[in-house]
Amino acid sequence: MVLAIVFTLIKILIIIVCTLTGVAYMTYAERKVIGHMQVRLGPVHTGPKGLLQPLADGLKLMAKEDMTPDMVDKPVFYVAPFLGMVPGLAAFAVIPFSENIYVANINVGLLYVLALSSVGVYGIIMSGWASNSKYATMGSLRSSAQVISYETAMGLSILGPVLLAGSLNLKEITEAQRGLWFMVPQFVAFVIYSISAVAETNRAPFDLPEAETELVAGFHVEYSSMRFAMFFLGEYANMYVVASMCAVLFLGGYTGPLLPPIVWFLIKMLAFMFFFLWLRATLPRLRFDQLMNLGWKILIPIALANLLITSIVVYAIRN
Amino acid sequence: MNEIFMNIGFWVLGITAVVSSLFMVTRENPVHSALWMLLTFFAVAGIFIQLDAEYIAAIQVMVYAGAILVLYMFVVMLLNPKSTGFIKMPFKVVLGGVVAVVLFVQILMTLMGTGVIKSTQLGNINYPEGFTNVKAFGTVMFTQYIVPFEVASVLLLVAMIGAIVIAKKD
Repeated sequence: MVLAIVFTLIKILIIIVCTLTGVAYMTYAERKVIGHMQVRLGPVHTGPKGLLQPLADGLKLMAKEDMTPDMVDKPVFYVAPFLGMVPGLAAFAVIPFSENIYVANINVGLLYVLALSSVGVYGIIMSGWASNSKYATMGSLRSSAQVISYETAMGLSILGPVLLAGSLNLKEITEAQRGLWFMVPQFVAFVIYSISAVAETNRAPFDLPEAETELVAGFHVEYSSMRFAMFFLGEYANMYVVASMCAVLFLGGYTGPLLPPIVWFLIKMLAFMFFFLWLRATLPRLRFDQLMNLGWKILIPIALANLLITSIVVYAIRN
Repeated sequence: MNEIFMNIGFWVLGITAVVSSLFMVTRENPVHSALWMLLTFFAVAGIFIQLDAEYIAAIQVMVYAGAILVLYMFVVMLLNPKSTGFIKMPFKVVLGGVVAVVLFVQILMTLMGTGVIKSTQLGNINYPEGFTNVKAFGTVMFTQYIVPFEVASVLLLVAMIGAIVIAKKD
């Protein structure tokens, strides 16, 4: 019993360390990739090819003065960064990186990830409200509207693969794709998932909550030092979570020929992460009404139609 | 060993739920109340997991914490209501409190009398072979309780249409 607990703790520690390293190097990849897309070089000075840049950034953030403005609601202001970061990291507990590499294999794994991603919005709402600042409040109001809208579309699109696999267990969903990736029969759901995943993580072109040009930085404008870094970590951890979920639900997870399972999983996840960066370098930011129209009038009806058709087909085949 | 862990877990979750719901009704700032409510939801979800009802736990967090409470926060932040000063205990509050306590005791007595609470033990449910919590839930929901389920969903649909009609009146 005690041994099992210690073993689980070690697994959790390894996954958290890997995630944080991944987050750090994703900021580097982001600057490099977008740099090259815009015919620049990106960071080159710190270390060979700028590879030590994330470490330098981390050190800089830690060494900075942690300022708390006078008129903030202190308890909420202090708790908000944690609520922004913890759900993103906790979601990794159920993701099957390969046949044997996971912390927990629970029956409602998919719902667990969805529940955590819906709780993640509290970090944004609380920081916006507690900051007692106009920009922060505007940013968090936009964000809560956006996340609630796109969560619906995301949930509906996820139900397609769930119906095909007949399970909410992420490992069983992966195993059900041995013959054919769900991306093929569920292509509509895949497109809807990709769009709403970008919106759900507040990334460009849906980064209205932190639109620099109009809201300076949105909800985290009053934060500095490590508290700011925690929002940053949370955002990137969430990107990894939706990318892993995309790999599990639509791209066959760890299945694949020749290479070891974990490598397949990482390739699929990183391909989706690259898609995030690609979008950011390509598309301009949407206007708020366009964002709401896209979510409620286009994505949700299509997702509902897809769900209906999938259920009918699955029912016809099973009987 | 397992039993002890389960019991410790139950008491931690139960006390968290009760204390945070007490904080929820006594905070003057509505946003703080909402955040204590969030903690209550999580503690209750934990108790559901201990009862082997992981589906209900996930739905509890997703629907109540993830959607409904976010909407509350949204409204509270937009309206930004000032403190109502209800801590001063006017007569109405005292009267309401007394009625609430009497009703609560009544409900408790009824529950104790009918044996709805069959056991105080936290136990694992023995599902049939090949059945998970989700499957069991769906099977019961869509066969035995299909009529109440459909009635509830029609009710929600009516409420939704009603809200749209009221909002689009002009």
